[in-house]
Amino acid sequence: MSAPAIEIIGLTKDYPVGFWRKRMRRSLDSLTLQVEEGEIFGFLGPNGAGKTTTLKLLMGLIFPTAGTARIRGCSIDDVRMHQDIGYLPEQPYFYDYLTARELLDYYARFSSYSAGERRDRVERLLDRVGLASAGNVQLRKYSKGMLQRAGIAQAILHDPKVIFLDEPMSGLDPVGRREVRDIIVDLKKQGRTVFFSTHILSDAEMLCDRVGVLSGGKLQGVGAPGDIVSIEVSAMEILFEARGNRPLPRELMERATAIGGRYRMAVAEAGLYPALAQLESSNARILSVSPVRPTLEDYFLRLVGREETAAPEVEVNSR
Amino acid sequence: MSATTGPVAINTFREAVRDRVLYNLVFFALVMIGAAIFVGQISIGIERLVIVNLGLTAISLFGLVMAIFIGVGLVSKEIEKRTLHSLLAKPIRRWEFLVGKYAGLLLTLTINTAFMTLGLAAALFYVGRPLVRPDVSIVIAIYFILLALALVTALALFFSCFSSPMLSTLFTLAIYITGIFAKDIRDFGDLASSPLLKAFARVVYYLVPNFHNFNAIAAAAHGEGIPFSLVAQNTLYAACYVTLLLLASSAIFSTRDLK
Repeated sequence: MSAPAIEIIGLTKDYPVGFWRKRMRRSLDSLTLQVEEGEIFGFLGPNGAGKTTTLKLLMGLIFPTAGTARIRGCSIDDVRMHQDIGYLPEQPYFYDYLTARELLDYYARFSSYSAGERRDRVERLLDRVGLASAGNVQLRKYSKGMLQRAGIAQAILHDPKVIFLDEPMSGLDPVGRREVRDIIVDLKKQGRTVFFSTHILSDAEMLCDRVGVLSGGKLQGVGAPGDIVSIEVSAMEILFEARGNRPLPRELMERATAIGGRYRMAVAEAGLYPALAQLESSNARILSVSPVRPTLEDYFLRLVGREETAAPEVEVNSR
Repeated sequence: MSATTGPVAINTFREAVRDRVLYNLVFFALVMIGAAIFVGQISIGIERLVIVNLGLTAISLFGLVMAIFIGVGLVSKEIEKRTLHSLLAKPIRRWEFLVGKYAGLLLTLTINTAFMTLGLAAALFYVGRPLVRPDVSIVIAIYFILLALALVTALALFFSCFSSPMLSTLFTLAIYITGIFAKDIRDFGDLASSPLLKAFARVVYYLVPNFHNFNAIAAAAHGEGIPFSLVAQNTLYAACYVTLLLLASSAIFSTRDLK
């Protein structure tokens, strides 16, 4: 049996904070997670949740306080692991004195390709991310979206098996976002594993086989987007309007939201029939009744809200 | 050079070449050499001495400014601008990155020194002076300047692995100046009555690189020969010192969190 694409075991990271009295602040708390080959995994969480910290730990840019991780069975401490991975940092910044063509050629030199192979790859990738016509423009003249595309190109330049993308849709217009989504889907079709962090939940819902939700440095839940949604209690939405000139009872109005002459009211599944009876007796015209499937966004917001009220940050090891 | 340090070195060189500050330095070096020609013309009979003296001093000073100011930014700029994040995700070890950056700046300094040397040769040619055998000492003096620059670059790189560019500049300059007077500090310590001061002067003498030994400008200007033993000794000394500094830099940088 082959090793999982990504295996994270108890990964923890504490950062020192304060100038005179150094204290340690926990940014990531015992993260344990496994991503299988060929999966698209969405790593969700608000700003400061620990998503970028996790990615930096996996890339070897920072070192864990505790725990370890393996990519395709190879420890993250082993430089050979980097042959199999691609990484797009959050808000990527590249050598702005280089053109995109030069940048990609530079990065391709770390993957033992011949000069001809390098040239072919660079051209193919520039074309794939829509930068072929801007390939000879210095990166300092690129827009944020163009830089993001250049970043994606360098991440997949050497055909890595596992691709880590930190907020890949950030800074992109709707067309650009769709193009990146297409690239991610293409990568999956090629059998690649994609691990991407995002706070744009619709992207995660649309693309991911599984998602993990991180908040306050702790993993709150992992599962298929559908599974995570089904955890929630479903609700029913009733759309109604007043019949004739007769006003609706006040207690009903307090529970409803007015939308141009009509009213929308959400009730728990169990409370549907009593609510309908009450509306009927109040002479309201029921326009529609539809089940409300809570989105991943609802789940996410609820988690974050809970986390914020509970413990916004974890402090350990005061010294 | 390994398959990974080579591209980093070439990219560092490319960055320096595309940096306009570099051209300004070369421009000012050429102005200095122009001034040497002017001074040479009003120094009847000692044109060679004046031109060689001024020319070599200009090469040394401009090299020093480049080595320090570009050297302290070699690592810190990459961390600050986060260009390192995508680079270190490639199969490259941190020490290979450091060595590549160091080699890239050394290549830049060598090429600039070569251009300035051509300027100096042109100045000597302009005053109608044929090449003579003692001119070998000019080439050796330039080689010593390069060795000193290699050491200064390694010092700047070392400090930039753990401190800010401003502090790194101060530390490097302080060690450079102390290194020029290393021998005087030792002699001063020998004269001191306090055993503590004596010991301190000795420690400083052995710890800081002795930059005084790399200064052969006066000998070159006067056309004096420079013994081969000094060439070998300086080469070995610089090689050992640079190796130690690169090892220490790698040890520090390899454990540093890149936020």
